[in-house]
Amino acid sequence: MKKNIFRLTLITIMIAAFLSSCAQATPAATDEAADGLRVAVVMPSTINDAAFSQSMYEGLKTIQTEMGGEDSMELAYSENMFNVPDAAAALRDYATQGYDLVIAHGSQYGTSLQQIAPDFPETSFAWGTSLNTFQADGINNVFAYQAEAQEGGYVLGTIAALMSESGIIGISGPVEAGDAKLYVDGFQAGVLATKPDATVNVTYTGSFSDVSLMAAAAETHIAAGADMLTGSSQSVVGAIGIAKDQNAFWFGTQWDQTSLAPTAVVASQVYDWTGILDDMISSRQAGVLGNKSYTLTFKNGGLIIQYNEAIEVPEEAKSAADAAIQGISDGTVNPLP
Amino acid sequence: MSELFTLPVLLGILYSGIRLATPYLYAAIGEALAQTSGVLNLGVEGIMLMGAYSGFYVAMKTGNLWLGVLAAAAVGCILGLLMAVISVTLQAEQGISGIGLTLFGLGLSSLLFKETMGTVNSISGFQPIRIPLLGDIPYIGNVLFNHNILVYGAFILVPVATWVLNKTTFGLKVRAAGQNPQAVDSLGINVVIIRYITITLGGMLAGIAGASLSIALINLFQENMTNGMGFIAVALVYFGGWRPVGVLSGALLFSFVNALQLWIQVKRIPLPSDIAVMLPYILTIIVLALAMRRTQQPAALAKPFTRGES
Repeated sequence: MKKNIFRLTLITIMIAAFLSSCAQATPAATDEAADGLRVAVVMPSTINDAAFSQSMYEGLKTIQTEMGGEDSMELAYSENMFNVPDAAAALRDYATQGYDLVIAHGSQYGTSLQQIAPDFPETSFAWGTSLNTFQADGINNVFAYQAEAQEGGYVLGTIAALMSESGIIGISGPVEAGDAKLYVDGFQAGVLATKPDATVNVTYTGSFSDVSLMAAAAETHIAAGADMLTGSSQSVVGAIGIAKDQNAFWFGTQWDQTSLAPTAVVASQVYDWTGILDDMISSRQAGVLGNKSYTLTFKNGGLIIQYNEAIEVPEEAKSAADAAIQGISDGTVNPLP
Repeated sequence: MSELFTLPVLLGILYSGIRLATPYLYAAIGEALAQTSGVLNLGVEGIMLMGAYSGFYVAMKTGNLWLGVLAAAAVGCILGLLMAVISVTLQAEQGISGIGLTLFGLGLSSLLFKETMGTVNSISGFQPIRIPLLGDIPYIGNVLFNHNILVYGAFILVPVATWVLNKTTFGLKVRAAGQNPQAVDSLGINVVIIRYITITLGGMLAGIAGASLSIALINLFQENMTNGMGFIAVALVYFGGWRPVGVLSGALLFSFVNALQLWIQVKRIPLPSDIAVMLPYILTIIVLALAMRRTQQPAALAKPFTRGES
């Protein structure tokens, strides 16, 4: 009896683990392209997170279409790789399978990549957000990329400052570091440069995935008088839901978040990775496997402000936003003073 | 510091804390019921996710929020029943099989989400209901008596569960099954049936806990949206000493401090955000360490029951 029980428990767990892996690591079931480019990406959240991971996935899909579809470029992905050791295993796996370009889409994967990349000198790796290609460690097959998130943050902050009636703006970030912090600081600078007497309240939840606490953070901001809200990470869906229910406006980042709440999302900063992906691919084809770092900026077209057509943004705010984009591009405006 | 002790801030903490505590209350009271009868169910997290998914999906498709609650409760019952089969009939190790159930719920809800929705959508969830007279009390009326129906339900559950456990014959049988199942069995009461009922009810409440997130509080479904809440609910049962009122105080303490730490950040109290975020956990551990009452643990907790063996 005891043995049977043990076996049954084991079987139950294996079924459970199988099901959860089905959902977590779905390699795109494309036919192997004979001579085409093979690209794989490992992402911390899902391809439909309306944020960081989706921006990269959609960028890769665009490239795939441009190159002539699945026959010319094979695309595989592993999503929900919050767990770094799992992600490292996936990265090594893709490299072993002979993928040409393996992308580690998360700054937390850096140290793993540093160990993996030297073992596969023929493979190109890319990771972000960071600017470190590990060249100093003698590694020459890693590209690095980063978004100048503060630029879009500054522009959206300008719009928020001009649309706010209460003069109070609430920002809910995940962790006080990296891409999120750049965005939060830029947004704050944009508000204060436009309306120096405005109040900008900033909270961090300490998590990229705590939807419930992110919702509570939005509630807190609204209770503190904020009528314009923003935030970063895939957990902001919780905050967007609250903004919609309590009639506050939301500004999105990383991806166009309008579809999450068409009555609340004013505008989003969208990451367009296609330019840098194109350059990585053509570099590789020219024999350069890594050693280049890229940034997404307004100037190089990597950052785009996407307005929600359903919400009327005052002309004054739109032109101030355009002026801010212009100023950031020509260097006269510093989004992180 | 003084800017924290203003009326709007205190009322804000009260309001957010009550909302944050809601899913914990459903899940932890359901878990307390199962544990009181002697079964540790670590599958709460997975059941919550399945409840959140099915509640949201049905509410979105039918436009009827109550059907959503019903679906979440039904799915919770089924998964609770599954846990009962595994832990009571098959007598599997409860901790491990519970974690298996959590992984199962996480995987299945993510898979179903991808197949049926693909992207995050939001719906219009349960609207707040202002309770007449009580809702008009100055200041606190709006904070305490202007919530949606699932929030009220969670708080009503506390006295109901207390009454069932302490004042009914069924409650007596449940407690006895968790303390001394052999004695209960010798009196001709079926321990297996008692445990089946408590685990299934616990599953149902965990399902509703998930739905309270997806169709009453946040009003959307995202993969893994419970983010460990199910495990905190299990911890709250220990914290509360297996009494619904204890669970309530634990859930409120944790939620109020979580609401407080957000206000600490908003009010620019000079405390690093990383420390602020840790506050609820630190405080909960301190209170747990100071108020630990080991005597209360059901004697037969996590021990499978076999007739005739002692």
